[in-house]
Amino acid sequence: MTREQFRPTDHPNDHFLLTTVVGSYPKPKWLHRARDLLEDNSSDFDEENFAEAKDDASRLITNEHERSGLDVVVDGEMRRNEMVEYFAHRIDGYQFNGPVKVWGHNYFDKPSVVDEVSYGEEWLVSEYEYTSEVAVRPVKVPITGPYTLASWSFNEVYEDDADLAYELADLVNEEIEALVEAGTRYIQIDEPALATTPDDHAIVGECLRRIVEDIPDDVRLGLHVCYGDYSRIYPEILDYPVHEFDIELCNGDYEQLDVFKEPTFTKDLAVGVVDIHAREVETVDDIKNNIKKALEIVPPERLTVSPDCGLKLLPREAAYGKMENMVTAAREIEAELDAGEIDVEPAAVQADD
Amino acid sequence: MTQLVSTTPGLYPLPDHAKDDLSSLKGNQKEDLITGAESDEIEAMYDNVRESLVERQQDAGLDRVVEGQARWDDMIAHPLTVHDSVDTRGIVRYYNNNNFYREPVVTGALDFDGDVAAELEATRSLVDDGFQAVLPGPWSLADLATDEYYGNEAEFLGAIADFLADEAAAFPAAETLFLLEPSLVENPPDDGMGERIPDALDTVAGVTDADVVVHPYWGALDEKTHAHVLDANIDALSYDLVSEPDANVYNVQEYGTTDDVALGLVNGQNTLVESPETIRERIEWFTGQTPAEEYGRIYATTNTGLFYLPVNRFEETLDALGTATQEVLA
Repeated sequence: MTREQFRPTDHPNDHFLLTTVVGSYPKPKWLHRARDLLEDNSSDFDEENFAEAKDDASRLITNEHERSGLDVVVDGEMRRNEMVEYFAHRIDGYQFNGPVKVWGHNYFDKPSVVDEVSYGEEWLVSEYEYTSEVAVRPVKVPITGPYTLASWSFNEVYEDDADLAYELADLVNEEIEALVEAGTRYIQIDEPALATTPDDHAIVGECLRRIVEDIPDDVRLGLHVCYGDYSRIYPEILDYPVHEFDIELCNGDYEQLDVFKEPTFTKDLAVGVVDIHAREVETVDDIKNNIKKALEIVPPERLTVSPDCGLKLLPREAAYGKMENMVTAAREIEAELDAGEIDVEPAAVQADD
Repeated sequence: MTQLVSTTPGLYPLPDHAKDDLSSLKGNQKEDLITGAESDEIEAMYDNVRESLVERQQDAGLDRVVEGQARWDDMIAHPLTVHDSVDTRGIVRYYNNNNFYREPVVTGALDFDGDVAAELEATRSLVDDGFQAVLPGPWSLADLATDEYYGNEAEFLGAIADFLADEAAAFPAAETLFLLEPSLVENPPDDGMGERIPDALDTVAGVTDADVVVHPYWGALDEKTHAHVLDANIDALSYDLVSEPDANVYNVQEYGTTDDVALGLVNGQNTLVESPETIRERIEWFTGQTPAEEYGRIYATTNTGLFYLPVNRFEETLDALGTATQEVLA
């Protein structure tokens, strides 16, 4: 099992629902101002100053995550502007033309692949090293998967997106090996694009095989997939070489819960128990009910509790409130499980890892 | 002699400054999107955007000019998401894209709204010639929505078609009306519903003097759906030559088509913009593959709407289409 290593030594209950977040978090306003200053030619605020500002933000948000009680933390992706852009800036072969709409008034600077891709600047190792240095709790590293990096780019070069995805998978593998070398033990591969294209299961599977090659068994690998019709990718995803699936169900009010019941879910499951597209902070009781829904799919020892997706679009107070209530809810559920107050149906199949 | 008409299916990107300004004014969460009851300040900003989009099409020399649908936060679903009898719920992935719309759930009678008609009314005076209206087609709008009122699929499709017809009837005079129908490809009707497609299209097409173009994309219609659409009293059907040229040509070769056709010649979803020469070659390829047909008019267009593109490539696309049709088809 890759999961027990993340149980805090002072964990108050016998049961352990691993609490974490998906990754992104609202940036402090002063970090945005620092970026504005960096881009302002009349200011003497330089790259070195901005690097210091990003360090400060990373420390602040890592500590904020720890204060909320999360078992595994991230730095809120303070150094990253966006989940595709950030990596595309560090991969040779990409070009940027301007923002495009994702939904409503949410945009991203969708890059174009205009030449063969190759490893450019370092991606995440220094982010991990800094975060783990300032964190007391274990640190998870979210990394955008190659299939999403390929699908959410304009492809001007490769025959199809599969060819591009495989090339990118080799680069992701290179980065993950470096992260593991630096000490990372929990890596979450973000593949939201997988939810959109069921015919591409095999492509994503092949990408994952390339990614996990030579990664040690004790490194926990998660796969985050959100905002799609899960029935189109289940149960095929159970064959993927990862330990945990991280899914968003709160936004859709758990309408898709039953998808994961037949056939039996055999991996660890991370379930979204707070909605990241609504500002109102869910009550502890509401979140407890959501956790109980997740327990219909997996037993407590295979459940991770998390928001639906990255929290970055929320006001920071709301993001914090959601994390805090989520942790409280998880700890209360654990205590109720310890006391035998919650009936958990025994899972038909145990995880085979 | 075939007349070449350059146009687009609308759904334009906001200019970058308007992306920022509107995001600040409206917010960016699902409760912040367009409702039809925006402040004067926001509406004034949309008026400015509308003017600039019209002007840009005129500069590109396009034969048909659209409003651009800059107000449509929920692409295709917009006419429902602003309606009083519709709840907008969770955000849902829009077909196979990294784009989302808020799920419109119809909870009451879909009576006349007038939201799209008002947008077009505001545009009409800016366009002397070649004004084009754009609406979702009835099948696609019904497909993207959830019905909690009408009770069965057939009745719901009929209600959506009536709703669109009421809206179209209130439009100012237009040369052309594009009905966007990606769901005819992505989620085609089964046998029972397929028979209802011509009626649904006729309901909308019947209320307007504009030439009606039914515009499916992201592939080719299956043969049955193609036949059903041809049973409708429409002026032109679109063929997406970017995503599935061969299957589209096959449909025309086997089953014939409308007297006029629209051809999706430029990829609305890639920054590698086709040159005017490529556009003309694709038209020649299509007419060469379908020699039995004599087209009165060919609408040269992108396959999809254009909001997928960054502004520089969107503008390049308009220019390419405008230039490609300046010369008469050989």
